[in-house]
Amino acid sequence: MDLSTNYLGLKLRTPLVPSAGPLCEELDNIKKMEDAGASAVVLHSLFEEQLSLEAYELDRSLTQGTESFAEAQTYFPEMQSFRLGPEDYLEHISKAKESVGIPIIASLNGVSDGGWIDYSKKIQEAGADALELNIYYIPTDMEMTGEQVEDKYISILKAVKEVVNIPVAVKLSPFFSNIANMAGKLDRAGANALVLFNRFYQPEINLEELEVEHNVLLSTPQARRLPMRWIAILYGKVEADLAATSGIHTGKDALKMLMVGSKVTMLCSVLLKQGIDKMKEIETEIVEWLEEHEYESVEQLQGSLSQKKCPEPSAYERAQYMKILKTFHIA
Amino acid sequence: MGTKTFTTIDGNEAVAYTAYRLNEVIAIYPITPSSNMGEWCDQWTSEGKRNIWGTIPSVTEMQSEGGAAGAVHGSVQAGALTNTFTASQGLLLKIPNMFKIAGELTPTVFHISARTIATHALSIFGDHSDVMAARSTGFAMLSSGSVQEAMDFALIAQASTLKSRVPFLHFFEGFRISHEVSKIELISEDQMREVIDDRLVEEHRLRAMTPDRPVLRGSSQNPDVFFQARETVNKHYQECPDITQRVMDRFAEVTGRSYKLFEYEGAPDAERVLVIMGSGGETALETVDFLTNQGEKVGVLKVRLYRPFDIKRFIEALPATTKSIAVLDRTKEPGAGGEPLYLDCVSALNEGLENGWGALKSMPKIVGGRYGLSSKEFTPAMVKAVFDNLAADKPKNHFTIGIEDDVTQTSLEYDPEFSTEGEDVIRAMFYGLGADGTVGANKNSIKIIGEGTDNYAQGYFVYDSKKSGSMTVSHLRFGPRPIRSIYLVSKANFVACHQPVFLERFDMIKNLVPGGTFLLNTPFGPDEVFAKLPRKTQEALIKKKAKFYIIDATKVARESGMGGRINTTMQACFFALAGILPKDKAIDAIKDSIRKTYGGKGEEIVNKNITAVDNALTNMFEVKVPDEPIGDVEMLPPVLPEAPEFVRNVLGKIVGAEGDSLPVSAFPNDGTFPIGTTQYEKRNLALEIPVWDENTCIQCLKCVVVCPHASIRAKVYDPKHLEGAPETFKSKDSRVPSFKGMKFTLQVAPEDCTGCYMCVDACPAKNKSEPKLRAINMEPQPPLRAQERENWKFFLSIPEMDRTKVNATRIREQQIMQPLFEFSGACPGCGETPYVKLMSQLFGDRAIIANATGCSSIYGGNLPTTPWAPNKDGRGPTWSNSLFEDNAEFGFGFRLAIDKQKEIAESLLEKLAPQVGDELVKSILEARQVTEEEINGQRERVAALKDKLKQLDSPEAKRLTGIADYLVKKSVWILGGDGWAYDIGYGGLDHVLASGKDVNVLVLDTEVYSNTGGQMSKATPRSAIAKFAAGGKPLSKKDLGMMAMTYSNVYVASVAMGAKDEQTLKAFVEAEAYPGPSIIIAYSHCIAHGINMSVGMRQHKIAVDSGQWLLYRFNPELVAQGKNPLQLDSPAPKIPVKEYLQSENRFRMLLKSKPEDAKKLFESAQEDVEERYKLYTYLAARAMNGEGKEQEKTESTAKTG
Repeated sequence: MDLSTNYLGLKLRTPLVPSAGPLCEELDNIKKMEDAGASAVVLHSLFEEQLSLEAYELDRSLTQGTESFAEAQTYFPEMQSFRLGPEDYLEHISKAKESVGIPIIASLNGVSDGGWIDYSKKIQEAGADALELNIYYIPTDMEMTGEQVEDKYISILKAVKEVVNIPVAVKLSPFFSNIANMAGKLDRAGANALVLFNRFYQPEINLEELEVEHNVLLSTPQARRLPMRWIAILYGKVEADLAATSGIHTGKDALKMLMVGSKVTMLCSVLLKQGIDKMKEIETEIVEWLEEHEYESVEQLQGSLSQKKCPEPSAYERAQYMKILKTFHIA
Repeated sequence: MGTKTFTTIDGNEAVAYTAYRLNEVIAIYPITPSSNMGEWCDQWTSEGKRNIWGTIPSVTEMQSEGGAAGAVHGSVQAGALTNTFTASQGLLLKIPNMFKIAGELTPTVFHISARTIATHALSIFGDHSDVMAARSTGFAMLSSGSVQEAMDFALIAQASTLKSRVPFLHFFEGFRISHEVSKIELISEDQMREVIDDRLVEEHRLRAMTPDRPVLRGSSQNPDVFFQARETVNKHYQECPDITQRVMDRFAEVTGRSYKLFEYEGAPDAERVLVIMGSGGETALETVDFLTNQGEKVGVLKVRLYRPFDIKRFIEALPATTKSIAVLDRTKEPGAGGEPLYLDCVSALNEGLENGWGALKSMPKIVGGRYGLSSKEFTPAMVKAVFDNLAADKPKNHFTIGIEDDVTQTSLEYDPEFSTEGEDVIRAMFYGLGADGTVGANKNSIKIIGEGTDNYAQGYFVYDSKKSGSMTVSHLRFGPRPIRSIYLVSKANFVACHQPVFLERFDMIKNLVPGGTFLLNTPFGPDEVFAKLPRKTQEALIKKKAKFYIIDATKVARESGMGGRINTTMQACFFALAGILPKDKAIDAIKDSIRKTYGGKGEEIVNKNITAVDNALTNMFEVKVPDEPIGDVEMLPPVLPEAPEFVRNVLGKIVGAEGDSLPVSAFPNDGTFPIGTTQYEKRNLALEIPVWDENTCIQCLKCVVVCPHASIRAKVYDPKHLEGAPETFKSKDSRVPSFKGMKFTLQVAPEDCTGCYMCVDACPAKNKSEPKLRAINMEPQPPLRAQERENWKFFLSIPEMDRTKVNATRIREQQIMQPLFEFSGACPGCGETPYVKLMSQLFGDRAIIANATGCSSIYGGNLPTTPWAPNKDGRGPTWSNSLFEDNAEFGFGFRLAIDKQKEIAESLLEKLAPQVGDELVKSILEARQVTEEEINGQRERVAALKDKLKQLDSPEAKRLTGIADYLVKKSVWILGGDGWAYDIGYGGLDHVLASGKDVNVLVLDTEVYSNTGGQMSKATPRSAIAKFAAGGKPLSKKDLGMMAMTYSNVYVASVAMGAKDEQTLKAFVEAEAYPGPSIIIAYSHCIAHGINMSVGMRQHKIAVDSGQWLLYRFNPELVAQGKNPLQLDSPAPKIPVKEYLQSENRFRMLLKSKPEDAKKLFESAQEDVEERYKLYTYLAARAMNGEGKEQEKTESTAKTG
């Protein structure tokens, strides 16, 4: 069975790609992913904000209490330099490239304009095959308009595209007034792929402690529906490749995402919960289904149930809501 | 001679620079002010720096200076080039080995940042009392008088010891030289190679002990031969001065810097000559230059090589015209005929004249005097007074200079206004707060000017004795010639006050020269600021026609992302005003320096500092000084006006930075001071203080137990005491059932709180409508100060709760006990003091405390004031510090003395039973004294006994009256840090624990030598970066508790207050009640861990949750009950150790510097935890019989085991 797909200009053996997540922080896991059939790997994100915080924290710790007391003018050895920049991440890219044969897609979350540009260049230099921009921004300023938010995304993308020549994907959130319009803008600004969707961690309440907590909630299969709809809608309308992420836990989930038009299907929660080897099962399930249904390749089904090609395009639009309700009523 | 390279460094680094390059093995141990030399060497080793022969020296920390000396002795005997660094008590500990090393003619150099030996008090500052104590060891003694000489003489000493085989003690004054930053010429490694003769190194190796050429060295000898054999070394000592001078001459050929063993400078026809050793020689020379220019016939003879004392060279160095000589000693030998250098000079003159050496024809008048003890200032004014004394017909002998001795009238008077400072030297003083980065910025300025211009630069930094809110004063000089003024600036062209609060407390304009510049960091604008200054400051500025500039540096720093660090902002202003460099050039230089200094910490840090510089100049304004003062702001008194006389007149002067003006008569003659004196020193450090919300509070008192400064307190009292309460005084019904009907108040001491936030972080109660608020919340202090000052006063007037009514094992009750340890100068958020305070609450009224040198002895006993305090009955902790290494033995001595006096009292009581009454005697002798109630009962019985004794007129009754109080239980506490307990004092501690005597040991385990700046101890956990472990500690922490448990009769507890406060409390109560030795090992978070100190208690919890720290109690008394004495109070580890390690900078630094090493060590740390937990679980689960033996395994015990 020909499972191959093209994503970001890369010819991939299958559409199964582990998405940015904690598993990719360990080189051993990346090797295991390759062994389990991953066709590419998106590394965990390099967070500029975290690097800044680490630098601030180190500086604070090293200067705290110093030059205050005759006997203890400092509390730590006078070390000359620390790896506070992206060195570890860049080294990780290089090591990953040396260790596996599949493409390595780096992921970046910047804060400052300088950070996006500088780190993108360094990521390219470190040997990444492509770069995924993990842009997220939760606008809470009541004075900030939707257009300003959108412009921020576009300007980051343009700035990065100017300084790198590896393919660039943008991972998007679903929280735009008109995702189709936003996708179009990004497409025109040069995005080589759009990854739908970034799943924000939502805060939780601890009733006993009266505190707001941030704990990771892994995706469920239900999460798949939202990106599936938008990939279906966008398929054929943007030049950029579409990648599906969120809620893909089985081979059938992946098949559905491919059918609406995604070039790759990204996996994270399922690997965290069930282990990296789960990828083998998913691939087998895909192959079996394709064979059972007499498909020749993945390419053959990609986009077949997109809005453009499906028998009932309006199903992806608002009317569908009414229909569901109706069905529910009758039932 | 090649190109000259200049650098700007301090004396310690200068010496370490040379010593590191000339040695192969370096044995170290931390002691102020020499620790930095070892730290540099350790760091260079971890960076892979090599010595001049291409090897990386092996740098090893030992368990004590004695240990370091032993290691040096072994290493030199086995043929390695070896050295060590130390000072003061450390040098004393090395003396036994020094005799051996010298007796065996073994080349080595000990570099000593000479420091005061503790006598009536400890002092970390500089004089020659330590090196003078070592003068009989047989070591040669070479004295440096400046940072340049310190670097140079390190090489000269090394070359000389190799040639002469006499070991060298190279010394330079602690702090004055060791910590002075100065621009000096660097010795290159090539120059070192030219001075060191490799053949001598080979000869040293050939003398080494090796099984390939076996010898016996270090024999035992008898009366028949020892004497003769001892005289065999004489030739080496006779040759040593010549050798040293030849080395100096060779050094001069190589470097251009020429030195003599005895160096005379001044008028060739001088009549009055001062003989001096060390940095005072520079000051003396500056004065001599000044006086000879005025036509005075004076000169100074600097002594460089003190041992072997070359009599001939000494007398030959004196001008023929010399009529009178003053010899100055920086040491004191009570009871001697004179101080050592003086006596040497007297004897040398006698012998020299006898032999006809030198140009002198007759014996000049010669007097000796003492100066500069413990870094007491030694200024040109004092030098002039010494010369003036020599001009008298009968000069005063055995004088002192620099103090007022109004008791034995030894002191010479001097005119403090006399100055020799050159007009072309820019002198600047900066008053900063420890935390604001002032000193760091000034060190940086010295580097910029020293290395970026042709100017010479000097910086010296004065700190106060507190670790929280301390004031720093930086003294900087810049000039076109090498700076010889080795004394503090007192006539400054530029004075900067970096913290406006200091203006009300210290008169800093007194040091400003007329027409000088004053820069103030202030929140007020140029039009309003003048009226806000104290009138004294205003008057001084007007009188001196000062130029006055202001900047709101706090705001500029905050807006530049610098938080409270105003350093770079103020630095930019200084450069703009001082005119040493053109402004633009200066600003560029600061920015370059920022890039160099902070580059390693990341771009973000560099950028915020550069922004602070850019924002500085646009925010600095000149203030027009008016003709008359405005407003009525006055300086604050240093201590409260209601303080006792001694506190006002003596301690108050010290608080107000005027301690130098106190005469000898002001002081006790045996080092004894009153306690309870911190309460009078209102430091007002907190910008914010906790405010109690009585309606949210659940009265758990977790805030009180964690407060490091005892400045948040609780009382439970009868409602009638609320009468007359200030309007804003808060109270609430007590929630404790046994205190039903009583009132409860939580009160903050607003002027003593440091604002550390630990109490708020510990508060578990949240406001239900707005959970971001707790039962205590931080609010700005200034608007609350007056109100809360009144409330605090009223709170103190409420009687303390009857201690016998308090359940001492429940935090919420126990914490209402009065702390007898309050308002210490420990760091804000200190992790040690909550334990010390807890001990004082529980047992303070009957405690006698032996305190090992370290943080706890400094915040406990450093003048001016002490936090140890008495209760209303006048009882309280009595406290002393003996040494670092002997603390367990010192406390043990307390126990022996107390037990003996109790025994005598009991014996007398038995004898007097017929007169006193059998019943009272029996009740006293048989009293159980464990609980508060029982001890109180005994106090009452002893009071009754004393009443009865008053009526008896017999010698026994009198004797018993004097010691009857020993019949009430005394609690012996032995306090110290891990450096003491795990390392230097371990041998003694072990012995004391093995004694079976009733002593209580509290180990405040910060896992490093905190007081000396965070050096590794054996308590340091694996993978932590510490000084002396710059590459991360490769080995695991010593399990002191387990070692103590092996005695089986020692109570052992491991506690972490922030993890389980009631377990801590139980441990303290059980340890004290246990009638044998007890040891509590207390996890103490510390500034040296690289954590946020305001939430330091959280680290206890993470440490315990990860298993890194175990909670347990080992109570031998349980054995009699057939129970296992070990109770594991820790649950199984819940989180990986990595989570704990990553939460502290000491571990995180390794991740950020050596990630591969970190990974391995972190994995090993996890294994340590797992193995340790398994072992403790096994031990705690063993079924025991009533004799403490493990029972035969039954089916059920086998399962648990």
